[in-house]
Amino acid sequence: MKRIMTVCLFFLGLAGAVAAQGELSGTIQIKGSDTMVNLGQAWAEAYSKAHPGVSVAVTGGGSGTGFSALIGGTCDIAETSRTIKEKEVALAQQKGFTPVEFKVAMDGLAVVVHPDNPVDGLTIDQLADIFTGRITNWREVGGKDLPIVLLSREINSGTHIYFKEHVLRKGRSDIFDEFSPMALLMPSSQAIAEETAQNENAIGYYGMGYVSPAQKALAVAKDAESDYVPPDVADVVSGRYPISRPLLMYTPGEPAGAVKAFLDFVLSPEGQRIVEKVDFVPIRPAAE
Amino acid sequence: MRRLKEFLIEKLILLSGITVIVFVVLIFVFLLKEGVAFFKEVPLSDFLGGKYWYPISEPPRFGILPLILGSLLVTLGATVFAVITSICAAFYIAEVAPPRVRDVLKTGIEILASIPSVVLGFVGMVTLVPWVKSAFHVPTGLTALSGAIMLGFMAMPTIISISEDALAAVPRHFKEGSIALGATRWQTMYRVTIHAAKPGIFAASMLGIGRVIGETMAVMMITGNAAVIPRTFLMPVRTLTATIAAEMGEVVHGSTHYQSLFAIGIILFLMTFVVNVTADYFLHRARD
Repeated sequence: MKRIMTVCLFFLGLAGAVAAQGELSGTIQIKGSDTMVNLGQAWAEAYSKAHPGVSVAVTGGGSGTGFSALIGGTCDIAETSRTIKEKEVALAQQKGFTPVEFKVAMDGLAVVVHPDNPVDGLTIDQLADIFTGRITNWREVGGKDLPIVLLSREINSGTHIYFKEHVLRKGRSDIFDEFSPMALLMPSSQAIAEETAQNENAIGYYGMGYVSPAQKALAVAKDAESDYVPPDVADVVSGRYPISRPLLMYTPGEPAGAVKAFLDFVLSPEGQRIVEKVDFVPIRPAAE
Repeated sequence: MRRLKEFLIEKLILLSGITVIVFVVLIFVFLLKEGVAFFKEVPLSDFLGGKYWYPISEPPRFGILPLILGSLLVTLGATVFAVITSICAAFYIAEVAPPRVRDVLKTGIEILASIPSVVLGFVGMVTLVPWVKSAFHVPTGLTALSGAIMLGFMAMPTIISISEDALAAVPRHFKEGSIALGATRWQTMYRVTIHAAKPGIFAASMLGIGRVIGETMAVMMITGNAAVIPRTFLMPVRTLTATIAAEMGEVVHGSTHYQSLFAIGIILFLMTFVVNVTADYFLHRARD
């Protein structure tokens, strides 16, 4: 009995000490977009240094996975590269909360090919024709006489959905084009990067943070009259690069405590500098 | 007292045995419960005979014919590759190899069985896939053939060890009789021993096939996952298992897409069930 009392007192004391210092503690579970895993981890590391009492766990799986986890109550923050669907909001409201959205960074979607591919730029129309299977040979867009191998992300990926809606369907609701059934659905951005690096026929797409010298990122033009713009930070910020999208975080209801502190950190100048470090685009210019 | 103890132990073992069966039944009931609702919305003929798999489009299309054919093609290729190699290996181990070599080989095979499939998939992705691409001059190495070879490796340990047992169980006097009649060792092997061990070898092959149909991770990484009806081994395929694994993370619980994945699970369950029952039948024949 005495021992139990001591333990209780110890914890009471501990709680008191924590409250006195205003120090945060607990764990934050972050789940969602594969595109954002590296970014989330970089934030988590920096944040844990400032708040050693809080442990942050970041896992991927795709934006859809993040939303399911958010609705199922198994994560505190969902990282996603697409906005929430009405169906998902309705499901969350059935569980008694309304997800709150935070825009935390921007991402340009790079279209990548093998470095030996002579094609340097494509228009959105050409990209749509290629990924729907209307164009099947590189010769038709000014390349070598080689078949085109399409690489796409799996359908649980926010990147897949974004590319379908904004490139294949050109952001219009009266086009119902689908990815060609011949498109290879790869389990991760990394898998697309590897196949592109070793296959001269391949064309794929993923967040610009994944581009390395082993692949060539194409310049993209809105239409035949516009300039071809490469995916770089300045052109995504200015909106000149045509395929860019916001990266988001969702919390179940208004955030509080450690989660709120984490989001504040993410949106702080320091947090936004980390965005640049992992090759994404900050939503506000980093403080000098 | 001793009687009571024995009684208890006996019942405990019985209970463990029954538990396993109860689990199988429960799993099947669960699959049926989630999957049957799907067939209220999509007729069975559209599901099994449909050529297009676009589960998240509007309107969605749930045709799994390409997926079934993909699974069958990969399984067929893996079976041909694994069965031929394994029977030869089993013969060598059981009949030809000196005892020291036999021990080394048996250990090696056990190690092959213990390699996680995701590791095999990764090795296949960086070695086998580029090789298939350059050896057969195909647009991409992510094909049914790559998957079949890799899965063949996975099925081999099962087939080799059970075939080897079957060969070792062939009564000695069969072989002695054959040799006494003037047959050579090789003639004895392929005219006498293999016939006596046939049911066991067949059962071993079926168990290997059962493993191949259900394998997920490696095929997801190296078969390309394009849901097209395959015409040759050198085309990408999407298997039933890879579809469930890739899409389960995304689906909204209770949606038609969610139910369709369970319906795929039922089909897969039935396929492996038939294979295992066949294997069991031949194993029993081998013992009688």
